[in-house]
Amino acid sequence: MENGFFDYYLKFKIFVMSEIYDLIIIGGGPAGLTAGIYASRRKLNNLIITKDIGGQAGTVPMVENYPGFEGIDGFTLTDKMKKQAEKFGSQFKYEEVIKIGKSEDIFWAETVAGNKYQAQAMILSFGVTPRNLEVPGEKEFTNKGVTYCANCDAPLYKDKVVAVVGGGNSALDAAEYLAKIAKKVYLIHRRDEFRGDEILVDKIKKTQNIELILNSTIKEIQGEKFVNKIIVKNLQDEKEGELAVDGVFVEIGHVVNAGPIREAVKLDEKQQIIIDDYCHTSEAGIFAAGDVAFGEYKQIIIAAGEGAKAALSAYKYLQHKKGQKGPALDWSKQA
Amino acid sequence: MAEISLNSSNFEQEVLNSKAPVLVDFWAEWCGPCKMMGPVLEALAKEVEGKNVKIAKCNVDENQELAQKYEIMSIPAFKIFKEGKVVEEWVGAQTLDALNAKLEKYLAISN
Repeated sequence: MENGFFDYYLKFKIFVMSEIYDLIIIGGGPAGLTAGIYASRRKLNNLIITKDIGGQAGTVPMVENYPGFEGIDGFTLTDKMKKQAEKFGSQFKYEEVIKIGKSEDIFWAETVAGNKYQAQAMILSFGVTPRNLEVPGEKEFTNKGVTYCANCDAPLYKDKVVAVVGGGNSALDAAEYLAKIAKKVYLIHRRDEFRGDEILVDKIKKTQNIELILNSTIKEIQGEKFVNKIIVKNLQDEKEGELAVDGVFVEIGHVVNAGPIREAVKLDEKQQIIIDDYCHTSEAGIFAAGDVAFGEYKQIIIAAGEGAKAALSAYKYLQHKKGQKGPALDWSKQA
Repeated sequence: MAEISLNSSNFEQEVLNSKAPVLVDFWAEWCGPCKMMGPVLEALAKEVEGKNVKIAKCNVDENQELAQKYEIMSIPAFKIFKEGKVVEEWVGAQTLDALNAKLEKYLAISN
């Protein structure tokens, strides 16, 4: 009997502790924050779960194509969006989501910290993260020689030897920037041609302290406390060699971290979430917006626009779920 | 209390021998995300005024030996020191709320 009471107490405690939100938004970049603004103005009780504010947009040194702002740094722009969402009622939890799912008709998100949040609907807007090399040593030496932000870290490699991996504009930009700072730059690319702008490619080829290592990939990153060498494999003759380097700048694009959502919604072959014109995913009640979703153009303004669409679609879904029909217009316009 | 500017001569006294936990921001002029953190750190220092915690900044250009000692290879880098030891660290720009949330548990313990 004692146990029975205790069980009842625990159940009751869990019941009062786990609030069910109208809407959970995962990700605090332009898409998620805009969704928060729109959801809040529709009086949806919404929670934004995010690792940081701004996401990829937050690290851009200067944004010059967001309407209304001739020039603004990405962090300030997205922090303004955050304040706007907060002003209208969005709540924030700074946590990383590891899994989402659905129990009966309630959606849940579980975080690394071990918390579980619940809601009637969900918007996925957690963007993309730099693509990893997926080679031994990469994880171990991240921020200990392996880096994904040349803009941030290049000057820490003054007079050192570094490798840049990639063949697109971001890799070429990083190599050019690093050549001015580092003693020597190896530019490692898996093909024999670059995808980047020709002007940039010409410049790279003429730069004395950049050595091109083409048709090659990094097989392993080694070091003690910090990176001190890489194993490079030539893809044509399969030969392997060692290069002594102090840093590895990974510039091979971005990917969706699909782990937490793989079982919940349908993805395309690039692991992007498949959405329709109104940001519906394959699962009713789950919506997606921004870079995490399938889309040709990855832009701040497009992410923000999709965030608004996703929030309005979620509002519509919730009205149906609750068996009510909501007003057709933004409430504030009538006030 | 404004944030403390660290160098090799005051690091031991202000950080390692500090009774209160210290949040140290390793930064540099040329790093965009670091500069964005400037006003955030200022605001944070104001918010925690009177609480048992210190906010400090360390310019890695001017203090290369400290940057080396604490193995700074990516910035902005944040470390929380408690009783002279690094108890938590992370890399990348943060919001005021995120920093507050990280500091909160150390405030609770030390009060």
